[in-house]
This record gives sequence, structure tokens and C-alpha cells, in this order.
Amino acid sequence: MGNREFKVVGKSVKKIDALSLAIGEAKYTADINLPNMLHIAFLYSPYPHAEIVEIDTKEAEKTPGVVLVLTYKDVPNTLHTTAGQGYPEPSPYDTRILDKRVRYVGDRVAIIAAETKEIAEEAKKKIKVKYRELPYNIDPEKAKESERIPPEGAYHLLPTIYEPEKNIAAGITLSVGDVEKGFSESDKVFEDRFEIHYANHAALEPHAALAFYDERGRLNIVSTTQVPFHARRITSRVLGIPVKDIRVIKPRIGGGFGGKQEVFLEQVVGLVTYKTKRPSKVVLSRKEVFISTRTRHPMITWYKAGVKKDTKEIHALRLKALMNAGAYGPHALTVMANAGSKVLPLFNKIKHLQFEGFSVYTNLPVGGAYRGYGATQGYFGFNVMLDMIAEELGIDVLEFFKKGHIKKGETSPIFEKLGEGKEGVSQIIRSCALSECIEKGSKAIKWHEKRRKKIRKGDKVRGVGAAILMQGSGIPKIDMGAAYMKMNEDGSFNLHIGATDLGTGSDTILAQIAAEEIGTSIDKIIVYSSDTDFTPFDVGAYASSTTYISGGAVLKCARKIKEEILKVAANMLNVPQDALFIEDGTVYTKDRTQRVTFSDIALYSLYSKDQHQIQSVASNIGLESPPPFMAQFAEVEVDIKTGRIDVVKFVSAVDCGQPINPALVEGQVEGATVNGIGYALWEEYVFDKKGRMLNPSFWDYKVPSIMDIPEMEVIICKTYEPTGPHGAKSVAEIGINGPVPAISNAVYDAIGVRLKKSPFTPERVLNAIKEQGLKL
Amino acid sequence: MKIDFIVNGKKVELDTNPTRRLLDVLREDLGLLGIKEGCGEGECGACAVLLDDKLVHSCLVPLANARGKEILTIEGLKNTEAYRIIQDAFLDAGSVQCGFCTPGFVMSTYALLKNNPDPKEEDIKKAISGNLCRCTGYQMIIDAIKLAAKRGEKLWKA
Repeated sequence: MGNREFKVVGKSVKKIDALSLAIGEAKYTADINLPNMLHIAFLYSPYPHAEIVEIDTKEAEKTPGVVLVLTYKDVPNTLHTTAGQGYPEPSPYDTRILDKRVRYVGDRVAIIAAETKEIAEEAKKKIKVKYRELPYNIDPEKAKESERIPPEGAYHLLPTIYEPEKNIAAGITLSVGDVEKGFSESDKVFEDRFEIHYANHAALEPHAALAFYDERGRLNIVSTTQVPFHARRITSRVLGIPVKDIRVIKPRIGGGFGGKQEVFLEQVVGLVTYKTKRPSKVVLSRKEVFISTRTRHPMITWYKAGVKKDTKEIHALRLKALMNAGAYGPHALTVMANAGSKVLPLFNKIKHLQFEGFSVYTNLPVGGAYRGYGATQGYFGFNVMLDMIAEELGIDVLEFFKKGHIKKGETSPIFEKLGEGKEGVSQIIRSCALSECIEKGSKAIKWHEKRRKKIRKGDKVRGVGAAILMQGSGIPKIDMGAAYMKMNEDGSFNLHIGATDLGTGSDTILAQIAAEEIGTSIDKIIVYSSDTDFTPFDVGAYASSTTYISGGAVLKCARKIKEEILKVAANMLNVPQDALFIEDGTVYTKDRTQRVTFSDIALYSLYSKDQHQIQSVASNIGLESPPPFMAQFAEVEVDIKTGRIDVVKFVSAVDCGQPINPALVEGQVEGATVNGIGYALWEEYVFDKKGRMLNPSFWDYKVPSIMDIPEMEVIICKTYEPTGPHGAKSVAEIGINGPVPAISNAVYDAIGVRLKKSPFTPERVLNAIKEQGLKL
Repeated sequence: MKIDFIVNGKKVELDTNPTRRLLDVLREDLGLLGIKEGCGEGECGACAVLLDDKLVHSCLVPLANARGKEILTIEGLKNTEAYRIIQDAFLDAGSVQCGFCTPGFVMSTYALLKNNPDPKEEDIKKAISGNLCRCTGYQMIIDAIKLAAKRGEKLWKA
């Protein structure tokens, strides 16, 4: 199977929607305008923690053009989570559409709907609010002793640690072996603290949603969502409208990265349209995206590792993680858990392991899903610690990586012990080219020529550093995707999938998977996706699941329709089915003496005999979650006078199984890498002492532009994952995890200073130089 | 207040508030939805248009500044040979992911190649330094622009 010849898979076919996107004809949510449509604005809290004592909306309501003003008194008060996860969500029910209490600067106070956006924005200034300020806390290490943040009655659907009175949003502890014993048996123990920071997804398209009633009186919601089916379920519950009366559609979407795996606009447009019986739309401004949507969860990690000198191996490892959930808890359990579950199995030979993770509430912006999802946070300290240990042991860290990492045929007890907020699923690694990734990546960065050389020109010193990573491919035994196909009389196929293309190109690769399996070309596959009325269920685009989970569904579906095609062809040709094969949209007898085209078959089945629709449907759940692997390498130049770091070159070598579309794989890896470099060096929420974000704009929150990016190289180390569709694993997230540790390690290589707190701004670098001293 | 200007070769006269952003007028009044709003503060370039042949971020231009001038948007460009070359290059180089930023990049590319048919890598970088893309990592966009420069050599030099 590993050397299978493909015709459509493995080719960089153009994205099927690329043309309409380039012309600007593809419709995004904000591009949809309906007659008589209302525009929505939000009033936000200026305080980190306060109670609304009085709220007077009379003046706002009198403004000409204002149609509706909603406060906490006017909306359903159902506690829910905005996390767009499967049911039961592993996130606490601690959120209301609007509440009497506000919990961070940027929490919603009121909803205003008016004839134009300008009127709504003007009117919100006329709402008079009297607040009673409450004690607040923005320090996660003080959360347990601080004023309670979550509302009374907040609860968790899962039997997990949830102590709202102590601001504990989630907790997990687990052990393998006896870590204390392991430390005492070790020759040298390393211990360090790492801190990784708040960041924004900064998808170019701001969040937006639109609602309207169709002619049958059903509520239609168009949204920039990664999770249309979860959005339907959550909106239904929050508004008390039956699922059958709601349709959620995702049109084209301008990037997600996890930021749109969150349901906080759908219920608002739904409610406004329900109350006014008019279409309504909300499009957030960039500032609103920064202050009121979701962020990367900041995390403090403490790593402690015991090493044996004779074996030169890690004997015991403890990871303690303290995650800052912000004011509400979407993904508070699972992101924190992933810091362990996506990191610890990578070095699977460690005998004694302990993971202890807590997520706590603070009066700061709300964390959520963000590409990397906990792995980014966990891998920072992990890779820096490995670099420290290798140095102490006097071995090249790449050799240390190669010896320690999990290999094909191996497993880790963590797979079974730690999953998405509950036990995981045990699995054996069936494909892994991480050693090859390390080899090839190190050649591309010229590791052996540059490492430990500290090449200096004036104040600028160069160094190289590396990081190794794994992620997953969907959430095993939880995530499900389904597909439906039907054949048309010209031999084309409609492929309907619940899966959600965020700009990643998943519509294209799912079409490639179908075309490959059926034996036709990709232009014969008409993809329709992400519409709760017309496509089968899919959990949505998150957890690196679409290629593996939804792709698996498409593969099964294609196999079934292929069977059906062969059956009809056999009847037409009057030969046994097993005497037939398919090539390029035509069915041949094995001796090639007879043939019928797909079009002949479809016409026959629709109009001639035994008339029926050739069609198929299939569902797929992942029984395992095969990890993609990656080695990332940074070459940096550090200015020891200014503290500025320039990344000169960045190499990512990835094993994502069989790439379905190599160009899209490269696009995913490059995009994730640049996002990771921006995160490592510049992107940062700057807060004042009350937790107000001081830089909510692209002027002050620095998303990398073309001028900031280094020379980049992506190397694909192909494997064949036997459980994946056509051998594929995931690829979307992993590339964002390595830049922070690889750059930190490269800076150490250059100047002998360890950076343990991100982002690595010139100020932090200079401080670290001051504290630790240069070693040139 | 009445304001007249030319959009994509057609004369337009609007009676509206001259302080409105050109972006809003183009999107809302004229239905030119290929122009996107990514930030509203002139940083992301998703709303780029040509105003009298000069590349501008339409979110920063008050309508009054467009009076009597000629505006070219992605909708006006798309029926031209120049556009076809740029579009094919973007598609072939795989530089379109979510596509939200793409019309802006296409406008910047057109503005570059029209004035500099044989751009060096630094020129390309400078030309698109006002456009943000969060999906691709830019490498593929640079490849696309190089490809467009080469393929349209005759046209750009004409």
C-alpha cells in the first residue's frame, strides 16, 4: 500500500474555489445583505469585574433608526459554553448571552439593533450604565484566593474537577510509575519555569453572523463558523428554538485557526431576528475581534526532569501546567489537557511521568481554541528542557531527539490515560518519519556547520536551534464526519459534506480523495459543504480532523458508490462484477473488450432499467488519532546591543502521512510557521493593570507582514498511515508549535541566554542578557 | 452632498455624506463586494483599490477625496488581460487559501507590475508590504507575483 500509485491524490491540484476567491466573487458572511436587514452593535464593559446596578436604555431606544436594545433583563439566561465542541461539551457552562455581572474589559453589556451600523454604534453611547466595581484579578497564580469570577450555578457536564468558588475551571492529574522515586533514582535533576502568552488568531476576516427567517418560518443563520452543527445545537439550546427550526450555513470563510470554533454571535443574530422578525447581521470590527472574541490561552509550565548519566536518558518527567482561562472557560479543560497529551507521548520511553494541570479564571479576555491547542503551550518548555539536558549530557540535541522520540510500532501510556478532558484511547504508532524529518531538516539548516559556532558580526551573533513535535488527527472515538454522494447523468458526482473549509482547501482535498477512489477526475466532483440542512453531520474543522476524519468518511462513501457503479455496469454488460475495473471515468472488462462510461451508467440507472439514484452515504469516526510529526529549525541573528532577534532561516520538515495535495500541505505548514514566528517574537496582548488590552489593532498588535518573514523551507517526509484516507494524517496545526522553542534554543546557541518567557521582544531579550550574562 | 467619480470606467454620481469611507460606499452603495474590510485602519490591505492609478486603502479614504477621480476595483480589473495573467499566476502558485486577502494582493500586484514590469524580490516585497495574509506565509504569493511578471512580460512593458 505504501508505494501505491495515485492519480489524483498526491498532486497539487488547484483549489476548487480559488478562482472565485481571487476575483472577489466568493461570498463571505459580511458580503450578504438582505432587504430590511438590521445591523447589530455591542456595548462592552469598561471594567474587569463589576455588577450592573442600573442600566437605562431609554435614550438609546429613542434614537431614530434604533429598533431593539437588549440588556441582561431581556435575554434568555441559559448558562452555556460558547466552545463549539461535541456534546456533552468538555467546557463549563458558565456563560450567558448577557449577564448582570461583567467579568473582563470587553464583556458584553448590551445588544443594539438598528437600521444601520452607524446608528447602532451611535445609540450604544446613549445607554447609561451604573456599575458597582468588584475586586478583580489578572494573575493566574493568585486566582484560587481571589474573588469568585464564574456565576453562581455554573456547572460542568463532565465528571471533572470544577471548583468555580476557587476560580478553578478545570484540573487533571495523572501518573505513570512513581515520579518522585524516579527523581531520586536520577543522577541529575533539571527544573524550570516557562511562561507563554496571550495571542489572537487574527484571521483576516473578522467574525460575522447573519440571521433571517425563510419562507417556511425557519431561522436561517449564516456564520463565519468552523462548527455549523455545533452552532445549530448550541443556538437551539440557548434560545429554546428546536433544532428542526434552525439552519446554519457557513459560506466562504476568511480563516479560522480555532477562533471561529466558538459560538457567540449565532445566538445574538438569532435572538434579534426572533424578536424583530427581521433579518439581522453583525460584523465585528478588528478591535472587537481583539477584545471580545477568543485568544490563545496563556500558560505557565513547570518542567522537572530526572536524567540518568549511564543511559543518557530521561528517567522521570513531571509537567505542571497552570493555564489562564480568562473570564470564561471555553476549552479550559481540553487545551490544558492537550499540553500533556500532545507532548508527553513524544518521548515515550520515560519510565516515570506525572502531569498536573489546572485552568483558572481571571478577569482577562477569554481563551479558546487556537491552532496548536495546548501543544503550542506545552512544547515550549519541553523542547527548551530537552536542549538543556542534551547540553548537560554533552550530546547533540538532535541525537537526543532521535533516540528519545516515539517510533513506528511503539506506544505511550499517555495515549490511554489522557484524552480530551477524560481518558484517552490507546494506540500504536503506525507511521513515523520523525528521525528522517530531523535528518533532512538539519541538512537544510546546515546544523552541523552552524551549531555552537556563534558566528559574530559586530553586535550580531548567529545561532541555530531546533524543536520536535507531534499533534493528532482528530479526537479519537469522539469526532465524526459524514459524507453523501450521488451520481449525475453526465458521470459527475455531487459530494455533500458537513466538513468545513476554512480556506484550508479541505473542499479540494476531500474531492481529491473521492476522485481517486472512484477513478475519475477532480473536475467531476461537485462539492457542497457546511450546511446543516443539506449536508450530513460533521463535527467541524478543529483538532486537525478534516483530512483524517471527514476524509475517511469521503473515502468510505466513494467506495460504496463505486461498488454501486460496478454493479450497474455489470448488469449493463452482462458480466460478473469482479470482471470489471474502473479507469478515468470508464468501466472496462478486464480484457478491455467492453466498456461503459460513467455517463452511460448514470443515464442507464436513471432512465433505462431498474431505475434508481446511484448514491451512497457514509460516516466515519477516528478509532485512533495518528500524530503527524515535525522537526523545526530556526537560524537566528541576535543583536546583543538592542536585543532584537531576526530569524534568518526557518526549516520545517513534516511527516503528515501521504500528502493529499502537497501544495496545500506546504501552504498549511508555511502559514502555521509564520504565525508561530509572529507569536514567538512580536504578537502579544499588552494589558494595563485592570486587564484592558492596550493594543487592539493591527498597528500595535504585530501580525507578520512580508517584510518580517525569513527564508523558509518546507520538507515533506512522506509516510503511509494505514488508518488514514489514502495514507493521510493531519497537518494543519502542528507547524505553529515549534517556532517558540526553536527560536529560544537558537538564541541560546547564539548568545548563551535562555529565553523562558515569550514573546521574545528586544526588551525581554535584554533583560535575560542582564540576568544571565552573555556567553559568546 | 452630490459627489461624482468614475468607478471601473463608469461615471457615478451619489448624493451622500462626503465623510463616509470610500470602502463603505463601494461595498454598500455600489455593491462592489470583492473589496474586503479586514481592519478598517489601513493596515491589512484587503480593501485596496486604485485611485487615479495610485494604490490606496479604501478604508482610509473619505469619499470627498475621490471626487472627480477614477477608481479601479477588483471588479473592474477582472475583465482585463492583466488580471487574467495575475489570477492564473496566483492560482498556479497556490497562493490562495482563504482568499479574503487575495483581491487586495491582486490589486497591489497590478499596481506594481504596471509601473515596474521587471521587479526584483525586494520590489515585490515592498509592493505587498501593505497587505496582510494570515494563511499562506507569503512565500507562495511572492512566487505568484514573479510568475505574473514573467508571463505578462510583454503586457507590462507595453
